[in-house]
Amino acid sequence: MGRAALISLGYVVLIVGALSMLVPFIWMIFTSFKPRDEIFKMPPIIWTTRYTWQHYYVAVTRGNFNIYFKNSFIISGSVTILTVATTSMAGYAFSRLHWRTRDAVFMVVLATAMLPGLIALIPTFLIVKNTPLAGGNDIFGRGGTGWLDSYPGLILPMVGGGFNVFLIRQFFSTLPGELEDAARVDGCGELGIYSRIIMPLSKPVLAVVALFTFQAAWNDFLWPLVITQSDKMRTIQLGLTLFHSQHNVDWGVLMAGTTLATAPTVALFLLAQRYFVRGIALTGIKG
Amino acid sequence: MALVASRALPAAQPKRKRKLITTQERAAIVFVSPLMVLLLVYWIIPSLASLYYSLTNYSVVLPSKWVGLSNFGRLAGDVLFWRSLKNSAYFTLGSIPFGIAIGLLLAIVVNSALHARNFFRIVFYLPGVTSTIALSMVWLWLFDPHFGLLNAGLRLLGLPPMQWLQSTSQAMPSIVLMSVWGGVGGTMIIYLAGLQGIPSHLYEAAEVDGADSLQRFRYITLPSLQPVTLYVLVTAIIGSFQIFGPIYAMTDGGPAFATTTIVHQIYINGFRYFSMGYAAAQSWVLFLLLLGLSIVNLRLQVFGFSGD
Repeated sequence: MGRAALISLGYVVLIVGALSMLVPFIWMIFTSFKPRDEIFKMPPIIWTTRYTWQHYYVAVTRGNFNIYFKNSFIISGSVTILTVATTSMAGYAFSRLHWRTRDAVFMVVLATAMLPGLIALIPTFLIVKNTPLAGGNDIFGRGGTGWLDSYPGLILPMVGGGFNVFLIRQFFSTLPGELEDAARVDGCGELGIYSRIIMPLSKPVLAVVALFTFQAAWNDFLWPLVITQSDKMRTIQLGLTLFHSQHNVDWGVLMAGTTLATAPTVALFLLAQRYFVRGIALTGIKG
Repeated sequence: MALVASRALPAAQPKRKRKLITTQERAAIVFVSPLMVLLLVYWIIPSLASLYYSLTNYSVVLPSKWVGLSNFGRLAGDVLFWRSLKNSAYFTLGSIPFGIAIGLLLAIVVNSALHARNFFRIVFYLPGVTSTIALSMVWLWLFDPHFGLLNAGLRLLGLPPMQWLQSTSQAMPSIVLMSVWGGVGGTMIIYLAGLQGIPSHLYEAAEVDGADSLQRFRYITLPSLQPVTLYVLVTAIIGSFQIFGPIYAMTDGGPAFATTTIVHQIYINGFRYFSMGYAAAQSWVLFLLLLGLSIVNLRLQVFGFSGD
């Protein structure tokens, strides 16, 4: 096969592949804007002239998708901020400070990266339920529902990540020590060195950790499913499954909700694409 | 002045160094504590506790009783658990070969594309940033036997419509189809990084020796990508054995348990029947099944897999 033929075959593969990737998303968006009677036409009407925001209106007014969206945003945002803060502080201690048992503690942190979250699922549920002095519990964590069905319960168990600490520690280790020494001479404490020297120099790795954490928290499903009970605490992913499980699915409204659930992570990806690509190559994180 | 000078040279003065270490240790405690408390309360203690619960009949409502290994004995005779193991293996074996082959093909084509390389990379990775639940909703709509786009396409080609998720024999292949579609972009990006790590002088030397493009692929590209393939394979097996979201959202394990997977069984037992001790035992079986692979995976991530 000649070179030209090979290249055109390559483009055929790319275009067919790209179309099959895009069609489900395009169909989702089209369905969310089509009037009800056109959604259920066979053969399907691809191009409508009667676009409508009606499904989005219903999703927000009767589907409570505005509440779900807000909850997802609060939870993912908090998980991201707390994860970046705690893992970067730990990464600083593991790379720039000298202390006894450092390597042993680091191995423990790394080992938690290997545990599937699933193994801890049931006991974590019980720990959250038995949080002392929360949700009607006494000081021993008995009697009430603890942090079940609450923001702290949805947020705190998702914070951290052994592999994030590893990534950040690796990056911190590559930074030269001279600035730090100079700062120590000037009487700068460890907190100052961390916040004014190391953190500003580490934006690339912090961006990778932040983006992947936000994406994972936004898309997470099993943990919110397990600990959420009331409608006002539901995340958007839970809202979607709940809406679908009702009888006679209203596909227009469901696709409007799905578009809302998809938009933030896709927008982040388009804006910060190169960090994503670097992060995937670094960690192999998928979906 | 003398004080400042001595602080500037900590390494040169061992006497002072000892004092520096203690202040650093104090700082270290402050810096690692927030993370360690969270890891301890929500990861380490629960993971150990789940071993304990797996030996009890804990069920939220009743006081728990030590039952020894009887949960594991019950597992051995649980038809649904064996069914879920089989379904998880079916899903894994069905999705991984396609995922790797298509991901590699796309990586090679995107890598050699002269135009719009970035565009294609974005498009193929779009499902990768979307939640599996949102993708499940979109594919439920595509799979709809009456009004779905897929059956409309089949009719257009003159083919009979399919039942997709509503048939016991087609439901799992349908979920495999969706998962391969959603996963190839991630595989492609990892392979792309691997391809870009292959030194170009290897190809130049092969070209001088008269190797055609097929031979260069067979004798340079494929062997160089072997560590990447191992990594992709290991992460894919670990991920596939833990599939839950699409199962819960699309079929809830049905029809007739055709798509119930291990994690789906753990969820059902733990949070619908509240047999939490039994569910903990199931999650330990899954953990032990994947333990070897998890160790390989962590080693690859920590010590690198790009082969250079």
